[in-house]
Amino acid sequence: MTAPASNAIAVTKILGKLAREEQGRLLSILIGKLRDFQLAEDVLQDAMVSAVSHWGRNGLPASPQAWLLQVAYRKAIDRIRRTKTAELAGADLTLLMEEASGQDDNPDIPDERLRLIFTCCHPALERKSQVALTLRTLGGLTTEEIARVFLDRETTMGQRLSRAKTKVAAAGIPYEVPGPEQWPARLDAVLGVVYLIFTTGHAGAADDGRDLTQEALFLCRLLNSLRPDDPEIEGCLALLTINHARRAARLDDAVVRIALLDQDRSLWEASELKEGIALVEVALSRGRLGPYQIKAAIAACHCEGDTPDWAQILLLYDELLAFEPTDVVRLNRAVALAEAGGLEAALGIVDGLEPSLSDYQPFHAARAELFARAGRRQDACTAYEKAIALASNEADKLFLKRRLARVAGNWPRDG
Amino acid sequence: MKYMMLIYADPANEPVYGTPEFEKMMAGYLSLSEKMAADGVMLAGEGLKEAETSTTLRVRGEKVETMDGPFAETKEHLGGFYLIDVPDLDAALQYAALIPSAEYGTVEVRPVMDYPDAG
Repeated sequence: MTAPASNAIAVTKILGKLAREEQGRLLSILIGKLRDFQLAEDVLQDAMVSAVSHWGRNGLPASPQAWLLQVAYRKAIDRIRRTKTAELAGADLTLLMEEASGQDDNPDIPDERLRLIFTCCHPALERKSQVALTLRTLGGLTTEEIARVFLDRETTMGQRLSRAKTKVAAAGIPYEVPGPEQWPARLDAVLGVVYLIFTTGHAGAADDGRDLTQEALFLCRLLNSLRPDDPEIEGCLALLTINHARRAARLDDAVVRIALLDQDRSLWEASELKEGIALVEVALSRGRLGPYQIKAAIAACHCEGDTPDWAQILLLYDELLAFEPTDVVRLNRAVALAEAGGLEAALGIVDGLEPSLSDYQPFHAARAELFARAGRRQDACTAYEKAIALASNEADKLFLKRRLARVAGNWPRDG
Repeated sequence: MKYMMLIYADPANEPVYGTPEFEKMMAGYLSLSEKMAADGVMLAGEGLKEAETSTTLRVRGEKVETMDGPFAETKEHLGGFYLIDVPDLDAALQYAALIPSAEYGTVEVRPVMDYPDAG
């Protein structure tokens, strides 16, 4: 008597699991065939709705994924016949009909997610749209969840996603994994998106929606499994893994770390850390150095041994500068230089970065630390005050205020 | 797909006639148009006379308003275009990157609206 209800509960539970774990993979296949992000999303949604009643009545099919795909193709054909728009965009109805009539006892489902992620992170899309589209299609986040990540309104984010999907089709952004010539630059864009998702999660409050650090780790592991043996993917995964291992100690980069030498190393997740460090070593052994490998190696140097090997870290920053000659890297290098014994030289370098980094909170925080070490307390206090004024979250603000209080102490200041 | 590549540049930044930079630019445009012709992708391509020769027109109500000069008050002006037919945006962007003016100006790559054959 309660059988239909319990069946319904079981089916919705399975569907929920499929939606979470298989949505990206199913979408990647549908987009490949339909060449239309929105249509693919809509028909997969239609298929999920159909599944509730069909599976509830007839039980689970042999391969739920193949069933969903087949129904999605049928729904797509219906929609295309009604509107004709996707046909114009290049979808081939005959091919779709073959897919729709295929036997669902063939559970050999391909994985097109590598094409999908490279398309989502295409440089013709704005960085924010790349992140949003990646979280939507590969991470399966809802528009509302993505809006919360960016502190946007849901309607604004919905419009952004819809513009991005339209542009992919209208501008002719190819649904392809780039060839060897374009691979390094395009991979860099993809890893940039993954890393940005991670740092956003790292900076945000843990109880606020989805854990983006997990989302980034999932994407990076996915990349690593779809394209194994790429040293930059391994480097990025190593970097995320090491930073994730230290999440309890809340360390982000060298700039913050210099102030946090009294951190509690016992809070680090030992096995995760070990995994990350092993991964850096594998990546480096391939002999094709890149920025993510170097950043991961720097992160590893911070964790190995009782105290960080600053001379080694300084050398790594020199290498990183060759790949990324930016003032932020110069600032981090200066911090390492100070730690390696070159405090005065480091202060000189940091002085030279003032015009371009004057709105960058970590610049003032790092400078304050260096001033404090050099015994320039007044300068240190001024720099801390600037950093506090620029701090974007309460945790940073509080931390900086504590540092300021420690440096200022009872020491009287004028002005 | 067909793409229009619109080439914008600030005349103040363009190479001056008679300098090695000018020669390099000319050689660049020559080899680009040879390449596009050889690849069979070029449908059209023209350079435009300077922006001062432009006349802008609007019809408001019944009234035709003409203005001396280009529409936008920007430093970069439309200086020329190519119309190409290539498989996708990546292919179009590869040609766009070969346009010498991209080194000091801006190239806008825009898909051409595509209508199915009327039958």
